[in-house]
Formats: sequence, structure tokens, C-alpha cells
Amino acid sequence: MKIHLDTGKCQGHGRCYSLAPDLFDCDDMGTALVLVTGELNDEQLAKAKLAEGNCPEFAITIGD
Amino acid sequence: MINPPVTDFATDFDHTDEAWVADPYPIMDDLRERCPVAHSDRYGGLWAPMTYDAVAAIANDTEHFTSRTVVINNGRPGDDALPAPIGVAPPISSDPPFHEIARRLLLPAFAPRPIAALEPFTRELCNQLLDAMGDADLVDASVQYAEHIPVGLIAKLCGLPAEDGEQFREFVRIVLEGVDLPAEERIEAFQPVEDYIVPAIVERRENPDDGLISYLLDAEIMGEKLSDEHVFGSILLLIVAGIDTTWSAIGSSIWHLANNPDDLARLVAHPELLPSAVEEFLRAYAPVSMARLVKDDFEFQGCPMKKDDWIFLSFPAANRDPKAFDNADEVLIDREINRHSAFGLGIHRCLGSNLARMEMTVALEEWLKRYTKFELNASKPTTFSQGQVRGPRQLPLRIIERR
Repeated sequence: MKIHLDTGKCQGHGRCYSLAPDLFDCDDMGTALVLVTGELNDEQLAKAKLAEGNCPEFAITIGD
Repeated sequence: MINPPVTDFATDFDHTDEAWVADPYPIMDDLRERCPVAHSDRYGGLWAPMTYDAVAAIANDTEHFTSRTVVINNGRPGDDALPAPIGVAPPISSDPPFHEIARRLLLPAFAPRPIAALEPFTRELCNQLLDAMGDADLVDASVQYAEHIPVGLIAKLCGLPAEDGEQFREFVRIVLEGVDLPAEERIEAFQPVEDYIVPAIVERRENPDDGLISYLLDAEIMGEKLSDEHVFGSILLLIVAGIDTTWSAIGSSIWHLANNPDDLARLVAHPELLPSAVEEFLRAYAPVSMARLVKDDFEFQGCPMKKDDWIFLSFPAANRDPKAFDNADEVLIDREINRHSAFGLGIHRCLGSNLARMEMTVALEEWLKRYTKFELNASKPTTFSQGQVRGPRQLPLRIIERR
């Protein structure tokens, strides 16, 4: 499982990089950046799902 | 002029009505079941969608809805009264494509890292306010605490004197309240706001500092300095949008804890729950409802909308929609999945959301370090603001336990 971020949908709410700072960061505008682009381990997957479920813009999906 | 009382919100919606101000949530739930888009002939025609889906769809649809003005009132900006794509307070009043240009000028100042740098200042401010409250058992969490925190932050960000804060709250009142006054009276009431901000800009042009006024005066769009109207509008936006919003969010959080001793005790015992509690307070008591104008006649979800009809864009109603949130009517301070829309959705996501979250978190942390048990002081009235920003304006408390 990997993180997919739709940068067209991201509006910089900042939920992902607050909840999962090991997986996400932001640029100077506050727009999200994905730090871990490869396969997620179990611990990372739980955090990634938390970020996915708290994104107000539905910009994050976790999938293959 | 005061609007007559509403008898049926479905057909005669008015967000300034006493019943809505006192407790809007049962009305939202009822309308969501019955309508779900309420209508009114007031303000020249208004639609009020109550579902998450409708609110999200409108927030994301800049083709049919304009942000040219976002405070519902009896007037309409004429097509040439303002520079249409910019609006009176860019970027909140701007549409694409200008919106993004105006927004990108301000975003770096409100990104997480510069905001985190303001945390020590905020903590000190909160502690000064708490110290001033001393060991009194009867306090007002709005008048003595919540209302001063965003004023201090916005003044610091703009490079304006903290002691002018009292005036800022008056400006907020002028812009956001009295919306049912005739348009001419509203324009007249606005004069003191201009009389304050215009000289402040002139002063910063002569004596630049590291605040946002100087930053905007120095900024350029495609090689040209911003117009005076643009700088004025953005400073107006920061003062109006940055103060009573966060004041309301802090106040509503403390109001909830005063009314729910179990949540209070749990948060005191488990401060690690504060981040999720802050998000849940934002969802359940989202302070801000925005507005849009319909661009041209257009049918939306079966509603025959006319050009220049208002949309009352209720993020608070969206946040209480049971189709979008489990147990939507319950406040769960450990809610894990919370896609709330308190800061809006789409391109107009609140520019100051990082600042607001930081202020809320620090304000609640410092409050709970001192006051571990408190309740409403029922001998005095608790009052809520009227208009598009909702929060306690008088919040009398009795302190039961402190540390």
C-alpha cells in the first residue's frame, strides 16, 4: 500500500502533516508533500489512514 | 431596522433571528430533514443549504457562485462598484484567476513554520490574561480571555499597536453585525474602519517594519506594486477574519467544557487528547458561515436560483450532517476520523487556519493548566454573537478548582 496525494485537491488544511509528520511535510505555502512514496509498513499504514480520514478535501488515498 | 421574527426557517430563513442565534443546531437538523435547502426572500433572496454535500458542492463551484461579497446584507456590490475579480478584501472576496495570485502573496506568512514561531508570544499573552484574572472565582472567559488573544496576534502580525485592539473588535462588529441595516447606513458606519486603516498604511509606507502591512506594500504582482485598495482590503480581511473567528472558537471550547464536566475532567487528566478535542470543537461549534452570490440564473439541486441571490454557506450545518459524520450530534473529544469543514472547503480554505489552531491549542492548554473545574455562572447571562460568526460574547464562569 502506498500514499497517493492529489495535489490539485490539496488546499493546505495541514491535517496530514500534523497527524503523520513522518509521512507528510509541507512547502512554503502550506501545501502537503509526501515524504514516503514507497510501500508502507504496518505502523506507517495506520498513520497514513489517519491522514486520509482527516483530509477535508479527500486529497489523500491509500492504495496500490 | 430589525427584521421580523422568523416563523418558518424553511421558507423565511434568517441567520440573524434570535432563535438561530440562541441555538442553531436543532434548526439545522430540522431543515436538513425537511428541505434540505432553506430559502428566504430576505436580503433580496437567499438560499441556505444544510447538507454537507450541498455545502461542499457550492464551496467548490466557482463557476456558478462568486465570492465577490461574503457578508450577507441588504446591499449588493454593483458590477463596477468594486474591481470585480479582486473584491473589497482580497483574497476572500476574489474569484479565479485573481484569487490565487492574491492568496499566494499571503500564504507563506500563515504557513505552519512562521505560525509555530508565534507560539511563545501567544503563551505569554495567555498567561498575562490569566494572571490579570487573579484568584477571582467569578470570571468571564470571553470578556477577560478569549477576545484578547486573537487581537494580540493580529496586531503583532500587522505591526499595529496591541492597545488598538479595542478598536479592532469594534471594526469587526461594524462589518459583521448590523447586516439588516439599509445599505447606506452600513456604508456610513464603515467610515471609522477606513479612518484607522488608511493612515496606518501611510505610516508604514514612510516607516516600514517587519509586519504584514509593510510586506504587502513591498509585494508585487507581475512587476507592479499592489494597489492601495488591495493592501487596504487585505489588512481589513486580517482584522475582521482573524479576530472574532478565533475568539469564538476559544470561547465555544471553554463553553463546552463548562457544560460537560466529564469532558473537562478527561481533558485535564489526559492533555494528550487536546489535539483531537480541538478538532472536535471546531467541527461541532464551527464559528464561521460564509456567503456566495449566484452568478447567473441557475438550478442547483432542484432550487431555481436567480442571479445575485445569496447563498448562506453554513460549514457548521455541514459539520453536523449525519450522512458525513458518525454520531454527528455528539461531541466526542477523542474522535479519530474528522473531515470537518470548519475552515471551509476548496480554494478559499481559511488562510489563517494554522494560526487559529495554534491560538486555540495554546489558549486551552494554558487555561486548563490553571482551571481544572469550572461551570457556567448561571446568575449572569451567557450570550452569543449574531451574524455569520458564532461564539460566546459573554461567558460568565464560576471557578470550582484551580492549581
